Amino acid sequence: MDKTINQKAWFLVLPVFLVVAFSAVLPLMTVVNYSMQDTFGNNQFFWNGVGWFKELLDPSTDLGGRFLASLGRNLLFSAIILAIEVPLGIVVALSMPREGWTVAACLVILALPLLIPWNVVGTIWQIFGRPDIGLLGYTLNSIGIDYNYVSNALDAWVTVIAMDVWHWTSLVALLCYAGLKSIPEAYYQAAQIDGASRWAVFKAIQLPKMNRVLLIAVLLRFMDSFMIYTEPFVVTGGGPGNSTTFVSIELVKIALGQFDLGKAAALSLVYNLIILIVCWVFYTVMTNAGVERKARAESEPAVDRSPAGALQPAVALASKEGVV
Amino acid sequence: MHTIPGRRLIMALFLIFLLLPIYWLVNMSFKTNAEIVSSMTLWPHTPTLQHYRRIFTDESWYSGYINSLEYVVLNTIISISVALPAAYAFSRYRFLGDKHLFFWLLSNRMAPAAVYALPFFNLYSAIGLFDTPWAVALAHCIFNVPLAVWILEGFVSGVPREIDETAFLDGYSFPRFFVKILIPLIASGIGVAAFFCFMFSWVELLLARTLTSVAAKPISAIMTRTVSAAGMDWGLLAAAGVLTIIPGALVIWFVRNYIARGFALGRV
Repeated sequence: MDKTINQKAWFLVLPVFLVVAFSAVLPLMTVVNYSMQDTFGNNQFFWNGVGWFKELLDPSTDLGGRFLASLGRNLLFSAIILAIEVPLGIVVALSMPREGWTVAACLVILALPLLIPWNVVGTIWQIFGRPDIGLLGYTLNSIGIDYNYVSNALDAWVTVIAMDVWHWTSLVALLCYAGLKSIPEAYYQAAQIDGASRWAVFKAIQLPKMNRVLLIAVLLRFMDSFMIYTEPFVVTGGGPGNSTTFVSIELVKIALGQFDLGKAAALSLVYNLIILIVCWVFYTVMTNAGVERKARAESEPAVDRSPAGALQPAVALASKEGVV
Repeated sequence: MHTIPGRRLIMALFLIFLLLPIYWLVNMSFKTNAEIVSSMTLWPHTPTLQHYRRIFTDESWYSGYINSLEYVVLNTIISISVALPAAYAFSRYRFLGDKHLFFWLLSNRMAPAAVYALPFFNLYSAIGLFDTPWAVALAHCIFNVPLAVWILEGFVSGVPREIDETAFLDGYSFPRFFVKILIPLIASGIGVAAFFCFMFSWVELLLARTLTSVAAKPISAIMTRTVSAAGMDWGLLAAAGVLTIIPGALVIWFVRNYIARGFALGRV
């Protein structure tokens, strides 16, 4: 649909602009302001230039060491959960029942963890994993595995990762399911006539059709795991030691724990910059995918007339395409 | 062809994996603290409602739910009412800077709450809103307004443009068209957007905790302080947790087909 150019539309957008500007730009300016200064309490500020930023990127200083270590931990965490959640999500989406009341039941149960307050997710896993009162911790210990997420760093990691998989795999699964549902029945019929194997169907039909949603899923999961705070904070408090202290936890420690405004602000800016870059990639890829899809939709009838497309009943294709 | 071998088993195992921790929480909430600490029981042997009774009678507990609901509802109302006209504008018109504005909104949805915790604390203290539901409601707008715009834009785009044109030809003024025609047409979309604003505001802890101290303390912040002199009150913590799951669980049925859309910013 072509949109008309109308600058008066700005009046309609103005409320959103004002609300978001009030709660985003104003605070961000404070952060920029703080990041250049040092304070010794009593609201006395001293100019510090780019001092904090230098310190932040230098691993030999206390601030830099803490930041880079937490950044490394956070990236490792994001990589692990993506490696587990994306394949698992695809498998779960492919395992969805096809019709009947079970579809609705599965959707509801899948969505349940997504709607639980994040601190309660932490609480659930805290209770579930404790060796003395938790089902998981108790069972593991009674079959001879020494498991204690409070004292053992590896166990803490396993718990935090299991918790994130529990919390967010459903999102990947639901997104993939939405992608799978948009595949017209005719594609499968054509594959059947060609005698394609199940793996070939997955590789040639299902995976390409899920491309777009998978992209969204990967980026959403990356962003959210990159700024994870509440769940590990409730379960492990960043410990044992610093082993599960991710960037957000470190930042809150510096900002609200020590009230080290300059350091916290510098960290915030660098952190925000990383997010902004990833976000830009997200936006560009998504917009391009949208343009591509539009272009493909326009060229699709042409493809159908070609001999290669002859196996796909064009009528069924056209009627199903509206589902997308 | 559509699915994979052993799908029933995979689905069943995954659903059990999802439900088991939740079951354990519910299970704990009905146990006495003595039973929780002393023995490992798969279901409450001496079921009790004492934890729920305590939450519903102790003001320091139930006020947490009221505080949470207050800012969540405020936030939902603000988000939806400012997002509606913007969604219409994004869906129908092109204007100077529209793409940049869209990206800017997205980047705010993605901004880490930890970055904003401290500046928000300063900002809302300075304007005297600290420790009121307004502070949290406005702070949560940073991620909920973009979300509402994106979801509503999808629904507005689903309304044929001819309807607008016919209405204007019939002499409807813009506000009247908006209220009388457009809003009823996208009522379900508004419902979905409101649900997601409600949900994302409900699940957030960091900003809500930072911006309140006593009077407007949300339930999630109260829950982090169940440690008493006698040790952790696990049963009470579990009961409070179960009660926070209920709002989501109640409406989940009605929005089950929109969950993916809501989490993917209306892009699916």
